[in-house]
Amino acid sequence: MGAFLETLIGGLMSGMLYSLVALGFVLIFKASGVFNFAQGAMVLFAALAMARFAEWIPKFTGLDSKVLANLLAFAVALMVMVAAAWVIERLVLGKLVNQEGITLLMATLGITYFLDGFGQTVFGSDIYKIDVGMPKEPIFLMESVFQGGVLINQEDMVAAVVAAALVGLLAAFFQYTGTGRALRAVADDHQAAQSIGIPLNRIWVIVWSVAGFVALVAGIIWGSKLGVQFSLSLVALKALPVVILGGLTSVPGAIIGGLIIGVGEKLSEVYVGPYFGGGIEIWFAYVLALIFLLVRPQGLYGEKIIDRV
Amino acid sequence: MAAVAGPTLDGAPPRGADAEGVSGARSRRIGNVILDVKNISLSFGGVKALTDISFDVREHEIRAIIGPNGAGKSSMLNCINGVYQPQQGTISFRGQAFSHMNSRQVAEMGVARTFQSLALFKGMNVIDNIMSGRNLKMKTNIFQQAIHFGAARREEVAHREFVERIIDFLEIQAYRKTPVGRLPYGLQKRVDLGRALAMEPQVLLLDEPMAGMNVEEKQDMCRFVLDVNDEFGTTIVLIEHDMGVVMDISDRVVVLDYGKKIGDGSPQDVRANPEVISAYLGTSH
Amino acid sequence: MLYRENGQFKTSYAADQQIFPIGQDKVVILALLAFAFVAVPFLASEYLFRAILIPFLILSLAALGLNILVGYCGQISLGTGGFMAVGAYAAYNFLVRVDGMPLIAAILLGGVCATAVGVLFGIPSLRIKGLYLAVATLAAQFFTDWAFLRIKWFTNNSSSGSVSVGDLTVFGWTVNTPAEKYLFCLGFVAVFALLAKNLVRSHIGREWMAIRDMDVAAAVIGIRPVYAKLTAFAVSSFFVGVAGALWGFVYLGSWEPAAFNIDRSFQLLFMVIIGGLGSIMGSFFGAAFIVILPIVLDNMPYWFGIPIDTALASHLTFMIFGSLIVFFLIAEPHGLARLWSVAKEKLRLWPFPH
Repeated sequence: MGAFLETLIGGLMSGMLYSLVALGFVLIFKASGVFNFAQGAMVLFAALAMARFAEWIPKFTGLDSKVLANLLAFAVALMVMVAAAWVIERLVLGKLVNQEGITLLMATLGITYFLDGFGQTVFGSDIYKIDVGMPKEPIFLMESVFQGGVLINQEDMVAAVVAAALVGLLAAFFQYTGTGRALRAVADDHQAAQSIGIPLNRIWVIVWSVAGFVALVAGIIWGSKLGVQFSLSLVALKALPVVILGGLTSVPGAIIGGLIIGVGEKLSEVYVGPYFGGGIEIWFAYVLALIFLLVRPQGLYGEKIIDRV
Repeated sequence: MAAVAGPTLDGAPPRGADAEGVSGARSRRIGNVILDVKNISLSFGGVKALTDISFDVREHEIRAIIGPNGAGKSSMLNCINGVYQPQQGTISFRGQAFSHMNSRQVAEMGVARTFQSLALFKGMNVIDNIMSGRNLKMKTNIFQQAIHFGAARREEVAHREFVERIIDFLEIQAYRKTPVGRLPYGLQKRVDLGRALAMEPQVLLLDEPMAGMNVEEKQDMCRFVLDVNDEFGTTIVLIEHDMGVVMDISDRVVVLDYGKKIGDGSPQDVRANPEVISAYLGTSH
Repeated sequence: MLYRENGQFKTSYAADQQIFPIGQDKVVILALLAFAFVAVPFLASEYLFRAILIPFLILSLAALGLNILVGYCGQISLGTGGFMAVGAYAAYNFLVRVDGMPLIAAILLGGVCATAVGVLFGIPSLRIKGLYLAVATLAAQFFTDWAFLRIKWFTNNSSSGSVSVGDLTVFGWTVNTPAEKYLFCLGFVAVFALLAKNLVRSHIGREWMAIRDMDVAAAVIGIRPVYAKLTAFAVSSFFVGVAGALWGFVYLGSWEPAAFNIDRSFQLLFMVIIGGLGSIMGSFFGAAFIVILPIVLDNMPYWFGIPIDTALASHLTFMIFGSLIVFFLIAEPHGLARLWSVAKEKLRLWPFPH
């Protein structure tokens, strides 16, 4: 039982990490109707920026305090992400206004490749560390109930709390602010939103910047846990089934979807995997998403899509 | 064929006057009921699009469906075509009743239609669009088509001949290889009609075929519709806003308003119906 | 004045419906085919065969298959690598487990297996479209990645996880020099390209395009979306499976599942986008582009005398790929094939400007 709980909690934690990346997807889709394949590359790019700036800033300025260096690095990395958002809007999105979804999807694929190459050119392609002072030692809970206690990773717990806070913030933003409403209008119909005076390009810069912020947070947390390396952007591919499950337009859905995928993966790997030779983690999330798509295409919390003639 | 009078309701003798097929302007007598719509109700979530609609359509006639915008006319056609599934009611075709229609079944039974918002295949040219209407008549399988020489080629040529006749009929020969996206609106509507005609339908559902056209284009389109009805005996069900057209070419009219039927009969009867008048003039409901 | 259609009037529908109705086009294509079959084997160097021609041919075949699915039928697929893997491993199993199995039969049977898998993973397309379908096809990709890695039967219980094929023989003739391998692949590609062109100009091709352009209207004129979509998946997977078998047998010789991973899927999708969606010629243009570009990028620094280390070169390749995708989507969404037809249009008027 203790082992089961450990696996369960481990799954919940890793699910939270997926959700962090998925949040970025949902944000951009909700606000512009664009499925941003490049979210994973953005996470990697942001993490690289953070890691390298945290290294370079002390060298440049001779700062001693790690906290200050990290804060500065965060600020600079955030500016870089905003700049990236602006460039993406000017060079790519602005020119593809009102094209069909598949064109925009392919464009984000192109952005992915570009960001991957560019990030590694500018920041280097070794494995880098991010150290923002996350507690690394695991703690043991419920030692009285289970022998040895249930092992919980403190780092994951912090991630979970951060993700929950982000979700609350973003959900409120969309529901209760004027900008949030404008974003939802843009997601529905670019041209219509433009025709009522919503400044499309500004909105898109805002959205991609916020997504960049989310990517930075996700990048820091993932990077702190795994080290910043190229495979980070592949991990982000895992976030796709998360948004399918949760619904592409639902912020809380991203969390629920992430939790389900995280738990499902871990549990299936431990309890079902051995019968199949192991390693089923690489496809479990996708097959689950596939089944969901057949049964309930809009996900748990998404909006139904109706075709009119 | 008498020229269609303009958009005004002048006193010219309307075609519908001799609905029983006695007049010399029609070559086929109006026959028995071919399409029978009974008690159709359709709703989307909380919105009731159609409430208890019943009417029939007789073979070889031209039946108009009119009504203000949002009355449910296109939804009615969509139900007949199997695009929407009504919650209640049945639709009978030649005596066979169906409560759920499947688009392909309907097409196989010989019902074709055009669309209000032009559902043409933008990636193809005019010939290919109209040829796509021949798909039910194509019998070769995928392997024969891959080889092409032999059965598939003969079939393509045979159907191409038929499609060329439709192109001649609609007078769009000059545009046959043009991608339809590049054609002006009026010509696109003709291609839409051509695609429906390619199915050799027994019943043709036309959803606002004259929308957005000027007087000459309307006259051309009316001519095509009347020719189709005359030469091929195709039954026509026509949604139209232009009252002049409706009065002049239709045999019987159904009037819908807010999803309910408020009139049914010959064009004169319907024109004089007080409920219909108030629906169009907008008295309170 | 070279490229005029003057005097080329068609007197039958069959003549009008030919693949190359303009006389000059026919001449050029026949000359090209003659050159490819007869002259190239003697003229090209071994490097040219190995690095450019053979991968170009096999990947064009795969791109053709993908173009049928994505370009003609409008169903996006990110699982192409997986279907190539199915073709390769199935063909391998037929070859080693069945005594006396002829090579071509094994390859074609590999394609058939890929067809079955393709149809299976194509079933979701009946309910979902666009990016949702893309995610569903990713399931195919990752599942096949895992299956060929973990299920020992597929690799004939190989201890290293990789499989290899020995000498390839066709009707007693051994295919082992690069020129022979090239001709072998060229034969496949020529036949399959013809089949593909025939299909897309027949009524199944129109059904596919109708589903792509407006599926509700297609249903109303009697097209069955199920039949159209599943045949698109089937035909596409057949092409891709055969390409996979050729890739493993002829190009690689021995391979592991990683040869058919998601990067391969993306690579093929890029070929189809850059080459031109919905165009047979486009598949060839795209494949040529994607095969040649990395080689150019790798060697360009040496031509200019600036040495770049390989890591940087590969990053630059990524950046250039990405930018080119975006560029094509903005400037010419119909890809190189459209640029080609625009060029031909200009040629028809040459030397006059308009």
